[in-house]
Amino acid sequence: MKTDDKSIKWVEEPQLGFAGRMYLTPFVDGLTTTIKHLFKVVQGDDFTTQFPEQRPTFGNALIYRGVHRLNKDEHNRVKCVACFLCATACPAHCIDIVGTEAPWEDREKYPQSFVIDELRCIFCGMCEEACPVDAIELTSLFDLTGASREEMIFDKEKLLSVYDMTKDQEPMKSAGHPAPARPVKGH
Amino acid sequence: MATIIVDGLEVQIGDDERLNLIQVADRVHKPIPFYCWHPGLTVVASCRMCLVEVGTKNKETGKIDMLPRLVPACQTPAKDGTVVVTDSPKVRANQNFVQEGLLLDHPVDCPICDQAGECWLQDYYFNYGHKERRADVKPFTSQRRDLGPHVSLFADRCVMCSRCVRFTREVSGGGELMVIDRGHHAEIDVFEGFPIEDKMSGNVNDLCPVGALCSTDFLYQQRVWFMQPHDSVCTQCSTGCSVQLQTSHNELYRIQPRYNPNANDWWMCDIGRYENSHVRAPERINGIKRRQKDRWEDLNWSDGLKAVRDALQDAVNRHGGAKLAVVFSPFLTVEEAYLLALFAKHLSRHVVLTVGKIPVYPAGDEVFKSGFTIRAERAPNRRGVEEVLKHVEGKDSDWPMLLKKIDAGEITDVYVTANYPGSWIDDAEATVFEKVHTLIVQDMLPSKLARRADLIVPGVSSAEKGGSYVNHAGLIQSTEWALRPIEGAHTDGQTFCDLSGRKGLYSPADVLAEIAAVIPFFARAGDGVPEAGLNLVTGTEKKPATTALGTVTHPLPTFRSVASPMLEVIDVAGG
Repeated sequence: MKTDDKSIKWVEEPQLGFAGRMYLTPFVDGLTTTIKHLFKVVQGDDFTTQFPEQRPTFGNALIYRGVHRLNKDEHNRVKCVACFLCATACPAHCIDIVGTEAPWEDREKYPQSFVIDELRCIFCGMCEEACPVDAIELTSLFDLTGASREEMIFDKEKLLSVYDMTKDQEPMKSAGHPAPARPVKGH
Repeated sequence: MATIIVDGLEVQIGDDERLNLIQVADRVHKPIPFYCWHPGLTVVASCRMCLVEVGTKNKETGKIDMLPRLVPACQTPAKDGTVVVTDSPKVRANQNFVQEGLLLDHPVDCPICDQAGECWLQDYYFNYGHKERRADVKPFTSQRRDLGPHVSLFADRCVMCSRCVRFTREVSGGGELMVIDRGHHAEIDVFEGFPIEDKMSGNVNDLCPVGALCSTDFLYQQRVWFMQPHDSVCTQCSTGCSVQLQTSHNELYRIQPRYNPNANDWWMCDIGRYENSHVRAPERINGIKRRQKDRWEDLNWSDGLKAVRDALQDAVNRHGGAKLAVVFSPFLTVEEAYLLALFAKHLSRHVVLTVGKIPVYPAGDEVFKSGFTIRAERAPNRRGVEEVLKHVEGKDSDWPMLLKKIDAGEITDVYVTANYPGSWIDDAEATVFEKVHTLIVQDMLPSKLARRADLIVPGVSSAEKGGSYVNHAGLIQSTEWALRPIEGAHTDGQTFCDLSGRKGLYSPADVLAEIAAVIPFFARAGDGVPEAGLNLVTGTEKKPATTALGTVTHPLPTFRSVASPMLEVIDVAGG
């Protein structure tokens, strides 16, 4: 870049006036807000959310990007087919899958293990977008806490239990369209 | 010199070159898609994907006569004056319909298909297919079934290119695979009770352009796009097939052949492909260990090297080195053998250098129909090590001779390098070493000999080290390391550098240049070894055909698979 380029517009930081240099204006601004809130509380206006006793409300819980869950199919089996597309899409590399041949007649491949490192996850929702069978979804559980790092590494069982926990409040997005099962043909 | 016109571009081909139109068009980067053609197999022109418009240019009048119909490019030889049009609306429409026809019955189960990511059907669909699928998506109707111990068939995914069938008939010679039923119901299958289980069966998985034939050993292990390819050489026998080691997260997942007209053409055997459990075996030796009365003492690296040096120095002090033997495993690379030889001769010029045990398969060479051979000599570098020793030592000495000398008490101290991928020494041979005063063993797996050693030094597998190997015919090929050594082990080259006090990190390329300057046999390798290797004995080798712009590349950038022949189109006349 050339500094004398005509297309560049140079902007200087404005000089502070006397009041500005005294920090008087921001000081008064800030204090005004405090005093306003003080009067509201005295009047009985309650605008503080008492978390965690009181839960915040969402506009649409279905599009919130919180803790992951692994959905189950109509036979209560994990819906995931271990295609690794979520792990491929994941920018934080927090998904680790081990795929193997499925023990069921009508399915070919399933995840032997499916682990998400929730501490590493950036909750971008790319895994959900990538999933071809809508097996992984993000729930509206946002207050994820744990006492150790190990506790925050969610394995397949834990992710499936998140599904059991949230399936009533947040139905599966593709609930109406079950994945086509393979008709078993004798050879 | 024949001139062929491809989409208006003139291509000159040599008089001795016998190419088809796919190969000629590829020289000017005009990709013609195909499924059934493979440069190593006969032409059947059954997939109809490569149909192009062809005509002839009259030399005198300059008039071009086009054929009214489309012709398969794979079956049409390139002649002087041939005119090819690869991207006319007629050609595009045909490609479009072929793609659609193949996908009518395809299950489109890419998410669970192992071929996804290197699938020709997938890649061609982006370039030559319809935007939308007009047929219904039908669910999978057949389950995986085994055609042999290494081959899985998913019949629904098949595009009936018959490459696998031709391979078993023309290259491996077993003829196990066949097409059963007719037309729309055609399927690949084996005769009942005759599975495909010869030692080249793994190649049909590579040949399959779609996910119909998948390797049972690799099935669902890893998605192909996660793996890094590393050019290497197979070390299971002295053929020295060019291979590609595919790794991810420091684990070896798959081995596939690379095209090399000087060693293996497009193929490799199942021994090299599947027998690699030693690379990450849990029992690998993982540090320098010294024998105490009842246990092994773990030494740290610098103390351990000092112990090895002291033990060797002690032996030299006792008898001047004439009773100290250093054994060079045929699994060492040329560079490592050279460094170890220098180190040994630096200790004392009387030290006896000898080639280690050459494992030989008792049934002899196994030759297949195409001439592909699995050598009985199951070691990659006997010839390279021998040439190094011939130069440094001058005298000929081998393993049986060494055993005799030990038995006779002429050798009292031995430093053995091994690194064999399996058990390599029997009790009878190991017992001979009872007479040895100091025994140092450098090995990868705990062998019968290592258990008798006074000092054990860890060795590494060929996947973990770079270096050069000389095959049975004198072809030198260089490898790059694909995996880091296991914890506690260092590459053998680094170990020899550290032992001999050579400064800095071990670099095989630098050492090879040094060897080329010193040993006349290796003189040609001084400027590095090309991908297809250098024949040090005959001085000439076949080179894979190249275009004016560089090496032949596949038309599609996603095509990295070694199964794709366009990566390495053969010069047919030379091959």
